[in-house]
Amino acid sequence: MATSTIPVETLQTARRGFLARNRWLLLRRASQLLVLLAFLAGPWFGVWIAKGNLSSSLTLGVLPLTDPLLVLQTLATGHLPYSSALIGAAIVLVFYLLFGGRLFCSWVCPVNVVTDAAAWSRRRLGIKTGRVPDADTRLWLLGGILVAAAVTGTLVWEWVNPVSLLHRAIIFGMGGGFFVIAGIFIYDLLMASRGWCGHLCPMGAFYGLLGKKSLVRISAANRKACDDCMDCFAVCPEPQVIRPALKKVGQESPLILASDCTSCGRCIDVCDKQVFKMTHRFDQRSE
Amino acid sequence: MDTGKKPARSAAPEPPASVARRKFINSVAAAAGGGCLLALGAGLYSKSASALPAQALRPPGALAEADFLAACVRCGLCVRDCPYDTLRLADLGDPVVAGTPYFNARQVPCEMCEDIPCVKACPTGALDRELTDINKAQMGLAALVDHESCLNFLGLRCDVCYRVCPVIDKAITLETQHNPRSDRHAMLLPTVHSDACTGCGKCEKSCVLPEPAIKVLPRKLAQGALPAHYRKGWEEKARHGGSLIGEQVEMPVRGFEGPTAGRSATETVVAPATPAAPIVPDAQPAAPRKAPPGINSNWKP
Repeated sequence: MATSTIPVETLQTARRGFLARNRWLLLRRASQLLVLLAFLAGPWFGVWIAKGNLSSSLTLGVLPLTDPLLVLQTLATGHLPYSSALIGAAIVLVFYLLFGGRLFCSWVCPVNVVTDAAAWSRRRLGIKTGRVPDADTRLWLLGGILVAAAVTGTLVWEWVNPVSLLHRAIIFGMGGGFFVIAGIFIYDLLMASRGWCGHLCPMGAFYGLLGKKSLVRISAANRKACDDCMDCFAVCPEPQVIRPALKKVGQESPLILASDCTSCGRCIDVCDKQVFKMTHRFDQRSE
Repeated sequence: MDTGKKPARSAAPEPPASVARRKFINSVAAAAGGGCLLALGAGLYSKSASALPAQALRPPGALAEADFLAACVRCGLCVRDCPYDTLRLADLGDPVVAGTPYFNARQVPCEMCEDIPCVKACPTGALDRELTDINKAQMGLAALVDHESCLNFLGLRCDVCYRVCPVIDKAITLETQHNPRSDRHAMLLPTVHSDACTGCGKCEKSCVLPEPAIKVLPRKLAQGALPAHYRKGWEEKARHGGSLIGEQVEMPVRGFEGPTAGRSATETVVAPATPAAPIVPDAQPAAPRKAPPGINSNWKP
């Protein structure tokens, strides 16, 4: 059996070229890179597109964008930020509410590259060690950082937040943040598969909550063609979201509706049967 | 037996109670663990955040340190809009809370821009826009910490800290004093006045010594504070146009007839090494700098 499947797979991958097999991955990396470049064009080339960092920024001198979770924490400490931060947070909030909360995780967040690399290495090296914390831990942590901000009166989470640490380290050229990132890589590689982004990160949890009803969705439209190769489950950063749509567990719709789905499109890339496609939440078509 | 199998296969599988309980306990344990970690982090954090280290100054308009750490989102917009690259964001491992803006006066002092672009850039109010006059900024307070190496204290005329001060003659003045070493010259002592000093750091930056004798420190470190109930008698007297407890009897001072006798205790004057008292008994009430020329002060070249 095993010997018969291998030539078929290689045939199919040969038919689908490298670009077809990595289309969404490359698009995502381009998006993540463009976000960084928008911030780095200023200090590097003197062309100021976005100033600041993901915590709060000013694009082209007019568009304020602020991390809404950070503003929530600031409010929890009892400080009312100026309107530019509040407006910036509202813009970001509405965008992710509309289009998909965890789009941030897969299309913007710089830590995604690190944890993707860790997951890839884990698969390649066949590492099975470690124990994954409960996926709800991130929700507890999300509540915890808000409570901690309220109790201590300071933005406690920003002291260790790997997302802002890494982004700041890249944009402002600081070395310290990379230690935390190395820690996350090692954690994801050796101790917990998809441990950080999929189980612990409170920012991911926050954007997940935002994306409950958002538009951009992956659909297992061609689920009839599924041959149970499990490639999508292996590559998905939140594998639990696939089953309801692909196997009609608890739902008829072919849409992946779970808000944990980051809409990264990696399942579309790896599926040789073209089961998945990127679509919107009102697209109920399935072949 | 049918009922036992059906839930597992049906559309909405209901996990057995024990699994749900275990899951719940797990998540509570995870939360407790996370909470403990957070509390630990918060404890360490507040410890490190309680006071700024001596060499770190916040940008103009920064709220008091505790409020600042609640308001600053570490975006670096103030750093970007600082035209002189004075401000920088703290790295992990720096003595300042990671990601927050600060400057080191000895490296790059604040140039005190009139439009205060860093304050305008701050989206959260960690830098307070109430500050519109940069001369009212209180980034820190200069303190002439080393009286032993300051060239002016040695009797030389350096004056650099005084001359570079953007609030010259208000924040730093030169106070003339008798030089007890030469006993013939004056010392012009740079003196900082906390009501006018903005803490820009130019004095520290330009101090000619390899290690500056004047340093700009966070106000909390540089400034003492009188107890709230203290009243200064002479101020109360001036305010009320007379002593509140009646005029006191002037007591005679005996056994202290040197040239320093009769001076107010608030006047800091170092007594000459050799008491000049027996030689000039009549010079008693005069301060040295007002002493008439020609008095033999025992000075020898």
